Amino acid sequence: MTKYWISSETSIEIDSAEDNNVVHFSVDDKDVIVSNGQTIYEALQRQSGIGNIPALCYHPSVRPYGACRLCTVEVSEDGGKNFRFVASCLYPVKEGLVVKTNTERVRNLRKGIIELLLARCPNTKVLQELADEYGVEKPRFALGDHDCILCGLCVRACQEIIGKSAISLVNRGIYKEVAAPFYAYELGEECIGCGDCAFICPTGAIKMGENGKPELPRVKIPYAEIGAMASAAEG
Amino acid sequence: MVEQVRKLLDKRLKTPEELEKLRQSIISDKDTSRILISVCGGTGCRASGAEAVVDAFAEEIERLELQAKIEFKETGCHGFCERGPVVLIGPKKIFYQHVQPEDVPEIVAETVLQGKPIQRLLYTDPATNEEITYETDVPFYKRQTRLILGANGEIDPTDIEQYIAAGGYSALSKALFHMTPEKIISEVTDSGLRGRGGGGFPTGRKWQSCLKAKGDIKYVLCNADEGDPGAYQDRSILEGNPHSVIEGMIIGAYAIGSNNGYIYVRNEYPLAVERTIIALEQAMDYGFLGENILGSGFNFTITINKGGGAFVCGESSALIASLEGKIGEPKAKYTHMSEKGLWDKPSLLNNVKTWANVPLIVNKGADWYSKIGTKGSKGTMIFSLVGKINNSGLVEVPMGITLREMIYDIGGGIPGGKKFKAVQTGGPSGGCIPEEYLDTPVDFDELTKLGSMMGSGGMIVMDEDNCMVDVARYFIEFLKGESCGKCVPCREGLAKMSEILNRISHGQGKPEDIEVMTDLGEILNNGALCALGRSAANPVLSTIKYFKDEYLAHINDKKCPAGVCRELIEYSIDPDKCTGCGACVRACSTNAISGEKKEPHVINQGMCIKCGACYDTCKFDAVIKG
Repeated sequence: MTKYWISSETSIEIDSAEDNNVVHFSVDDKDVIVSNGQTIYEALQRQSGIGNIPALCYHPSVRPYGACRLCTVEVSEDGGKNFRFVASCLYPVKEGLVVKTNTERVRNLRKGIIELLLARCPNTKVLQELADEYGVEKPRFALGDHDCILCGLCVRACQEIIGKSAISLVNRGIYKEVAAPFYAYELGEECIGCGDCAFICPTGAIKMGENGKPELPRVKIPYAEIGAMASAAEG
Repeated sequence: MVEQVRKLLDKRLKTPEELEKLRQSIISDKDTSRILISVCGGTGCRASGAEAVVDAFAEEIERLELQAKIEFKETGCHGFCERGPVVLIGPKKIFYQHVQPEDVPEIVAETVLQGKPIQRLLYTDPATNEEITYETDVPFYKRQTRLILGANGEIDPTDIEQYIAAGGYSALSKALFHMTPEKIISEVTDSGLRGRGGGGFPTGRKWQSCLKAKGDIKYVLCNADEGDPGAYQDRSILEGNPHSVIEGMIIGAYAIGSNNGYIYVRNEYPLAVERTIIALEQAMDYGFLGENILGSGFNFTITINKGGGAFVCGESSALIASLEGKIGEPKAKYTHMSEKGLWDKPSLLNNVKTWANVPLIVNKGADWYSKIGTKGSKGTMIFSLVGKINNSGLVEVPMGITLREMIYDIGGGIPGGKKFKAVQTGGPSGGCIPEEYLDTPVDFDELTKLGSMMGSGGMIVMDEDNCMVDVARYFIEFLKGESCGKCVPCREGLAKMSEILNRISHGQGKPEDIEVMTDLGEILNNGALCALGRSAANPVLSTIKYFKDEYLAHINDKKCPAGVCRELIEYSIDPDKCTGCGACVRACSTNAISGEKKEPHVINQGMCIKCGACYDTCKFDAVIKG
């Protein structure tokens, strides 16, 4: 009989017999037993209070993406000898895995990511709260004035849940942004105005406009201006 | 009738015996009395005018009606790009450099017809001041082991028969008829070949897991999305010897049981694309691709896919996304590609150079191959030696050669007697290695230990005139522009890093900047999604490690010791040396220099834009930079 934790307070004692449908692993020194085929983050969503993993680009209704990197944890596949950083929203649970969700190294990494995100979006509530939790004071970098953290949830929701793909992430690197097809200034017929993107947005960067279509967060870059000018000339 | 014509035109080889027969007939039909002229038609030589030289030779041969006496071909890259256009003549390979169309009639009349070398076109060894007649005696080539690149100078890449005559596709025939897939894989494993794209993963192990992976459809992929600034070896192989890559891929496909392959090549490489397409068509015509290859019952086709110009698409998961028609963004690789790759099917992705090594290993055996190189890294590696170096070009050397041999013996040292400062290896996300490590043997593990990497073999040499802060700034700018922007550490971290580096090089560095950049480096190393992000901080971290003094000089003293960062340098005139000749006054575009004739001049700092024109113009070294 082995003791397995099903929440931070409760444990059960069962035989850890060989079973392909479940995996046994440890999270922050607590043994857990979960069904196979999940990621670490998913599995811990159902084990309340075990592990402490923040995430901004995860949502149970869409496929994991691995963009915000806040859910990074340390895992060891050799019983705790060598650890490496992985994104828990993408890493599949494995038999015998050792997971550490809140070590100093992990906290430092998250702190750095929060600092970078806060520098991009200094007025975003969810980031300010995370900054408080992880002890990030004022970012050491020049501040931006964005709301969008480019987690891609709106795009994935529109594609995977609604099935419309009315919006997409365009450009690369620091020029990446959420945009309507062909950089149109406003969303057209392709958008059914369901509001799912605004609902799922973790930072509140997307708001529903008066025309019943979402207003996308605009990044001030030449491309966007060119697109806007083209649409304005057309309309 | 139609049937007969079709039969006559059908070049498909149906058995390995037919291949050998064809090879023998090509070799015996060849008129050995003809003198070979081979002009390098690689991109480097084309840039210095090789196409005009090729045309001049063709015209001259036609004018003198020498077709029966001369075998003339345009080949792929010979490697010594610094000296291009390069021409080789005759069986002993007389080596001519910097050949211009005007030289052609003389070369034909003197060298080809009378066997007399033309002195002014010969290479002079700067060390001994001796003229060298034959390619094999040129120090640049002498120290190399050109297993992969060697054939480049002998084969016309647009003619498959020349590849066949040089022994081409014999490895394929051996693999198909005399080896089992397991035997091929064990041979590749025993050879010790490691992925040449930069990762250095044991190739045999990759093949093995792909063979074991379940699935009826498997893919074989070739990564030719070479995008490192200054690196051009993959392009040169595809341009010079595309069949070696194709043959390697067919062998790999047979070994893992795949029937479909893709070559993902940058569209910015038009010559590589063109020659690969020709090679694929010819391989199809001769029955090396398609159905029932050489009568073995094995089918395999290769499709070429042109990349859209994103550096990150050289990363395996982004390459696959791009091949699938999606945005070229990397994905987490917690499940290996050998299990779930292209369209979630088991996929075997190797770099151009890795594929080109395969026919060699199959033909000559793992024992032979594993004797070359070091304990952990076998075979040869092709480096593109560029930057502040006398002999820029493609260099193929056994693993384990030291950086010093590479830079001084093959590369011929630093031009202008300047002092060596650092060598940057492994492309933009590699690191800068200082002089004290010049005796390090070059292989996968040693370079990683120094905080750099092998990458795809870029090697940029820097001298005392290079500012290491500026170098780091350049590479971070490049990576910032090429980051896909999916994950936070890479997108935001690189932007912030470039912000800080730009500040430092403008004289606005703060004391805490080094610490902030080190922190950012750690976030990138540990937190980024793909290999591009995880190694992106290397240029900064390695320069901070080895050249911290330069950072401190920029930040604390607001000085750029190498005199590169414009905002941190000042030009002034030494009154003792100035003769008042006025040359600098004429060179200055902002009228910042004034003074009486034959009296010492002065620079008005407010008007000076620090272009350096006066510094370059002054014959008396009177202009001081600092």
